[in-house]
Amino acid sequence: MTAPPHLGPAATSLATAPERTGAGLHARRLRRRKMVRGVLLAAFAAFFGIPLLALVEFSTRERGAGGGRTLEAWKAIPQYPGLPEAIVASLQLAALTSVGALFLLVPTMVWVRLRLPRLSRLVEFLCLLPLTIPAIVLVVGWAPLYLWINYFTPRTYQSTPLVLTFAYVVLVLPYAYRTLDSGLSAIDVRTLSEAARSLGASWATVLLRVIAPNLGPAILNAALLSVALVLGEFTVASLLNYVNVQVAMNAIGQAEARVAVAVAAGALMSVFLLLFLLSFVGRGPRRVRSTR
Amino acid sequence: MTTSTTPASAGTRAGAEVRLESLRRSYGAVPALDGLDLVLHPGELVALLGPSGCGKTTALRLVAGLEDADSGRVVVGGRDVTRLPASRRDMGMVFQAYSLFPHMTSLENVAFGLRLRGQAARERHRRAGEVLELVGLSAQADRYPHQMSGGQQQRVALARALAIQPTVLLLDEPLSALDAKVRAQLRDEIRRVQLEVGITTLFVTHDQEEALAVADRVGVMNSGRLEQVGSPTDVYHRPATPFVAEFVGLSNKLPATVADGSAEVLGVRLPLVDPRAEPGAALAVVRPESVGLTPAEGDGPLVGTVVATSFLGAVSRVRVDLGPVGTVLAQLPTAEAGRFAPGARARIGLRPEPVVVVRPHE
Ligand SMILES: Nc1ncnc2c1ncn2[C@@H]1O[C@H](COP(=O)(O)OP(=O)(O)OP(=O)(O)O)[C@@H](O)[C@H]1O
Ligand SMILES: [Mg+2]
Repeated sequence: MTAPPHLGPAATSLATAPERTGAGLHARRLRRRKMVRGVLLAAFAAFFGIPLLALVEFSTRERGAGGGRTLEAWKAIPQYPGLPEAIVASLQLAALTSVGALFLLVPTMVWVRLRLPRLSRLVEFLCLLPLTIPAIVLVVGWAPLYLWINYFTPRTYQSTPLVLTFAYVVLVLPYAYRTLDSGLSAIDVRTLSEAARSLGASWATVLLRVIAPNLGPAILNAALLSVALVLGEFTVASLLNYVNVQVAMNAIGQAEARVAVAVAAGALMSVFLLLFLLSFVGRGPRRVRSTR
Repeated sequence: MTTSTTPASAGTRAGAEVRLESLRRSYGAVPALDGLDLVLHPGELVALLGPSGCGKTTALRLVAGLEDADSGRVVVGGRDVTRLPASRRDMGMVFQAYSLFPHMTSLENVAFGLRLRGQAARERHRRAGEVLELVGLSAQADRYPHQMSGGQQQRVALARALAIQPTVLLLDEPLSALDAKVRAQLRDEIRRVQLEVGITTLFVTHDQEEALAVADRVGVMNSGRLEQVGSPTDVYHRPATPFVAEFVGLSNKLPATVADGSAEVLGVRLPLVDPRAEPGAALAVVRPESVGLTPAEGDGPLVGTVVATSFLGAVSRVRVDLGPVGTVLAQLPTAEAGRFAPGARARIGLRPEPVVVVRPHE
């Protein structure tokens, strides 16, 4: 899922064309390539930036027709009843979900690769399944389960949204699976783990000291994708009657449009920041190469 | 490098005896290993040689514990290890595929096994440095695998396997991914290190030259079984079975008549490797080195036309068409082979070296 840092394929195909007139043509090509890149960048920036700017603009508008600027709505966020709790719950959910998905997937996928290669198709199918089922259908299936979960939750924790973790792990499964799968394909899992085993490593050591470090970028990618997905999730939480940040935002939007928009802008910006960081993951100095 | 320049502690404990007893392993209906018996004496290097798919890797993996045997036992130094998991067998293994941990430097790779054994950082780095020196890679200690050539990576893999002072060293075609020159070099290097350390070693390869060059004894495998185990000269000059005769070295198959403990091939009497061979019509397996060539005119059962010559460095091989008998391959010093251009007439001579005979239908 890491975005290519430059327009690789297009650039190389341009460069491989025969160059007869030498330096002049080459320079012109370079310039044109730069221009294309600039235009594309500007287009994408506009596509994502304009709505964001509009959100910020609206949320900082002063009440009435004065047209002045104020940070009132932004300052109201931490004071708004229920909102800080919802934000904290969403952040906790994001963390729990990424950790849960990783703990579920990494050992399973490694084990399937090493010991049960025949099951790999089935596992892939199961992991990608949530992608094809609409959230509403999933919720219909989960609703009775959540009744039971509620029934068994101790009273003090009653109606904590953190139980959504179970649902969210399922929701992020396809993305986490794909990311980890490509990470695992880039290393020779079997040979590496057999080498480690013959040196005396237990299975836990193999996973933690040999496989995981070489999956570093893939694991981070999977975690960040999960976080982004959970922070933006509305349907499941709302339908199961839990309050996460999106649900809270929706409720506020009914009463206080400006605060809701400020939260939305804030959430969007943090997700953008996250994805931006993500594109740098795996481009560290120690690039892991295929072991083939 | 001589023994005296090597740190003494780079050596492992004295070699142990390794016995493979009637090992069997099937994949579905395919018997990959069909009752393998082999004893490696302490400190010995045995090469397992055989065609692709004959079960060499399977045998090695059973010894390493990376695969479970259907039946049979692996006994190391008198102790039955058949039920032990790979992580507790104390065997050093070098794989065909590059197997260094990509996120660790050479030194860290070599020290990995020691770290698992709870050695302190300073101690294990000292020891890893010594073993790297043993394989001649001290200068590459801080390189990551992707910064090294294939040959260097395999040396580090060898060092990593030796660092834990294993009781047995297992090598699964460690050279097959390398080019010819590096391969010969590293092959000799492996042998040097093995002799220096004195570790019992099982070396799997499908390259007969490699096997004959480095091994104390060679085991020739076919379809999951050992056909013959013996010294390289034994296997080459006194093959126990027709399969070994044909697989090891190039050979000609010429019509022969077996009688009175010898074989008559193209009118020449040759001794038999196995004098008990059944009398009657047979095919004699004759090595190209046992075939001589002289320029000739006219006709005769031993005269034919040169079809092709191939230059192999110091020696050349000349293929001569003998008409009804088929073609015969002769190996001569290159200086002599110059006289036999394609189209020339030549008379073949058979040196009286013992031959193996095969029934014609085989
Ligand atoms: N994991 C497996 N699943 C199914 N069949 C296997 C498996 N591993 C090996 N085999 C089969 O067992 C037989 C022996 O395989 P093995 O890898 O031991 O051969 P080999 O002698 O090492 O060959 P090569 O020189 O090509 O490496 C082959 O017929 C192979 O197809
Ligand atoms: Mg093999």
